[in-house]
Amino acid sequence: MSDAAGWHRLHPLSPAVRAGRLLVAFAIVVLPTFLGGTRSGWDAGIHVLAAALLVGLAAVSWLVTRWRIEDDDLRIETGLIRRSSLRYPLSQVQAIDTVRPGLARIFGLAELRLRMGGTGGSARLAYLPVKQADTLRARLLALAMGAHEDTPEAKEEVLVTVPVGRAVASLVLSAPALVLVAYVVTLATAAALGAGAWRAIAAYAAPILIGDGAALWRRFNRAYRATVAEAPEGIRVRAGLVETSAETIPRGRVQAVRLLEPLLWRPFGWCRLDVDVAGRVRDRGGEHRNERQLRAVLPVGSREEARQLLELLVPSAPVPERRPPRRASLKSPLRYRRLSFGYDSAYIVSTTGRLARVKDWVPLTKVQSIRRAEGPVQRRLGLATVLIDTAGKRFGAALRDVDGSESFDDLERLTDLARIARCA
Amino acid sequence: MTNGDWKHPSPRLRRVRHVEALAVAAVTGTVLGGVLASSSLSAAAIAVGAALLGGVVLDVLLQRRVGAWGYLEREDDLLVRRGLHVRRLSVVPYGRMQFIDVIAGPVERAFGLATVRLHTAAAATDARIPGLASDEAARLRDRLAELGEAGAAGL
Repeated sequence: MSDAAGWHRLHPLSPAVRAGRLLVAFAIVVLPTFLGGTRSGWDAGIHVLAAALLVGLAAVSWLVTRWRIEDDDLRIETGLIRRSSLRYPLSQVQAIDTVRPGLARIFGLAELRLRMGGTGGSARLAYLPVKQADTLRARLLALAMGAHEDTPEAKEEVLVTVPVGRAVASLVLSAPALVLVAYVVTLATAAALGAGAWRAIAAYAAPILIGDGAALWRRFNRAYRATVAEAPEGIRVRAGLVETSAETIPRGRVQAVRLLEPLLWRPFGWCRLDVDVAGRVRDRGGEHRNERQLRAVLPVGSREEARQLLELLVPSAPVPERRPPRRASLKSPLRYRRLSFGYDSAYIVSTTGRLARVKDWVPLTKVQSIRRAEGPVQRRLGLATVLIDTAGKRFGAALRDVDGSESFDDLERLTDLARIARCA
Repeated sequence: MTNGDWKHPSPRLRRVRHVEALAVAAVTGTVLGGVLASSSLSAAAIAVGAALLGGVVLDVLLQRRVGAWGYLEREDDLLVRRGLHVRRLSVVPYGRMQFIDVIAGPVERAFGLATVRLHTAAAATDARIPGLASDEAARLRDRLAELGEAGAAGL
């Protein structure tokens, strides 16, 4: 499916998959009225026309889209009325994901998503045959790493696989599940009191419930058979029951790492490991929500598994040994016992958390800017916070509630260390 | 690290803030007064008085904050400090700057002032310097762009 100039097309079934989700929703809305048999033929005609229009638009979008690899860039041309030619420099790829929604899996298709740093957003190729997507991913990764494009994809070594039972159990002990329990309890209480209020409660809470259910489902899909593997080009993360995703985070693209131990998971020694890569917080278009889903490296793992992965992600990182002064407990009574920090010439580590235990790592080479903030309460207590900014979008390290005058020394030292790390 | 030759926004920024405080007071006073005037004139008068008092308080706060702004050009980075209530100090290495904006709103422009804003790859970087005289803003922008280019580093 490529012409002489090396242009490729997406798979011909792409419009069907793209429009498919909308069509399913459409059918759910329309079908009951058909079965009811009260509508005229004219109405049915309009519905069929609307559906045809949907498919037609997707088909046109497929028809005008083509892509090819030009030296070190991926180029995608698209648009019928407003043509756009997008060039994505492969040297700036932060991560490559393969996403396969349920419908795409039926047809044996997959979407490739290249996450770019800075304002680049992400390049999407939806959809390609699975085989082509896999070879293309290997090729793009090789190009992104500066290797010859025919370098075969190296064997990966599976490090961690999350058992399904643990994935389910971790969900039962999560915030959305607790909301569900609270809902049922409220409803049962209202019903037991004999008031007619339970109907009203049920009606009002329905949207919350739907959102809650969707969140639970997303989390489950993300944790289902989650696998972390080490490959030469970086770390590969796979998961999914209906929609499967495979994410590759190249080495040296990690902006920050976070280890999270929620309160309810602690009896079981479970934790979650997140990795932040560069990208904008606000992404244009609707893709941002999807990107957010693809980020826990280890959705739920044991401490030993997390330790193993951390050794890979932040090798020989320092231990946070310094603690804020005793008076900081007046300002942050809940967090105080969790606050600690430390840094060496390669990493900054800090811990925090009120109920959950949170530990963050930031490589000094990734530090963008450093800020010191001193709120009114902190000033009265002679405290200050030093914040470390990275190009990641979710978290960074911070020296919280440290001694006010010491914080200037730390700020100065971190600035110097970051400069040395950057120039090395 | 806080020692050195700190520079501050132009004194004209104080006048900009006066105008802004006055504008806020005038708008709230007119709206409240207009709405209440139909029912009770005394209520309208009280509302206008309150709006003016609010404007004065706002003006005092804004004036105090003007004095808190400062920036220091060092060898490898730019320091920007601001805030009275919450005091902030940002260190932005020249090598991390991606681009620099010079923005001038209508009020600022009327006083010949501009705001310089620095952007790094981190969204959290919030370094801006308001109320610089136009030529100082242009000088700072050019110098920062030059230094940024010299020390640029990849993500």
